[in-house]
Amino acid sequence: MRAFVPSYQLTTPASLADALALLESEPGVWKPFAGGTDLMVLLEAGKLTHHNYINIWGLNELRGIEATDTHITLGALTTYTDVQSNPILRREFPMLCQAASETGGLAIQNRGTLGGNIINASPAADSPPALLAYDAEIELISARGSRWLPYQGFHTGYKQMHIDADELLARIRLPRNTAGLTHYYRKVGTRKAQAISKVCFAAVGSTEQGRIKDTRIVVGSVAPIVIRCAQTEDALRGQEPERAMIESACATLSHEISPIDDIRSTANYRLQVAKNLLVDFLTTLRN
Amino acid sequence: MLINFKVNGEARSLEVFPMARLLDVLREQLQLTGTKEGCGEGECGACTVIIDGQIVNSCLVPVAQVNGCEITTIEGVAGANELHAVQQAFIEHGGAQCGICTPGMVLAAVDLLNRNPEPTEDDIRNGLAGNLCRCTGYMKIFESVVRAYRK
Repeated sequence: MRAFVPSYQLTTPASLADALALLESEPGVWKPFAGGTDLMVLLEAGKLTHHNYINIWGLNELRGIEATDTHITLGALTTYTDVQSNPILRREFPMLCQAASETGGLAIQNRGTLGGNIINASPAADSPPALLAYDAEIELISARGSRWLPYQGFHTGYKQMHIDADELLARIRLPRNTAGLTHYYRKVGTRKAQAISKVCFAAVGSTEQGRIKDTRIVVGSVAPIVIRCAQTEDALRGQEPERAMIESACATLSHEISPIDDIRSTANYRLQVAKNLLVDFLTTLRN
Repeated sequence: MLINFKVNGEARSLEVFPMARLLDVLREQLQLTGTKEGCGEGECGACTVIIDGQIVNSCLVPVAQVNGCEITTIEGVAGANELHAVQQAFIEHGGAQCGICTPGMVLAAVDLLNRNPEPTEDDIRNGLAGNLCRCTGYMKIFESVVRAYRK
């Protein structure tokens, strides 16, 4: 059944400070509302259980992309369209741009935000695999102050994360250390555009004298959270990506992920696709 | 809450529930029923409108977020005496069948040509990727967009 719209609050603060003051004054009562591309779907379906929101869409303090020699920092309200049009991201973080271009259609990309994608915490989200593979850090702010933490480890279980009721995700920071890496991003869905992932795979890696020097492998839609596959990475480090090694890495990967049957796909299919994508990534890395 | 915004160039002031969908406010309070509801979940693009120069799905925008914005709906696309080139091309080349997807398709195409007056085939496919037609008329739609920009 459709939601009863008058029962929802969506208050627009005049400034970021006002938003943080409201979050602090009534902890847990208010939640942030960004581009709305996930929450409005729940609203229409009558499944939006929380009722009080702070409209952060107009807070320019949470927008913008800034670069230094060592990092690029993205406001939490950076949209998928903003991501795709940034020259540094296109050059140095191509997987994030690809994720942005494959999330919904243009109308969604104009409205959906990176911060929303993280806080909505869907295991099928498309930008988190790229952000995790690029070793992103995130900044949480509140009236009490600010703290930076690695994005890796932020999500602890299905829709669970390390954030306090008075905190807001403000910025995402990526280290500019991608020179010389092979970037591999593949989203597998029912349709090329406008589909939610069955499996989403993001990985970077480099080789030295034919051996894998370093690699970061992240898979979405195969566990309660988007998962960084540390055991698979450990198994591959220092190895030559030849056939036996690749098979063994696939075995490690299949123990590390825990795909399920749901409306979009089956556990078996997801497992097979995840392994196929690992093979494809390692083959790409070798060549 | 009271919101002020411009719709098709005209300043409007309305009393609304902040979480009301822009789609419903346009259709029910402003009687701009050219904007259609298809899926209601951001998959189909039938409810496409342009906010401050960017296309959005109006079913996914709470009206509180358009305070102070400029909105163009399908009713605002044509000039005073003639249709927009995209609308004319849709008529001439069979780009519309049942008509439910058409307002969204036209707005997505108008937005594409505003940003990119000479789109490639890929640009057109990407620009319209969020708009579904269930009459299976994509080739005619595609052809209409190509004809519109060649004019």
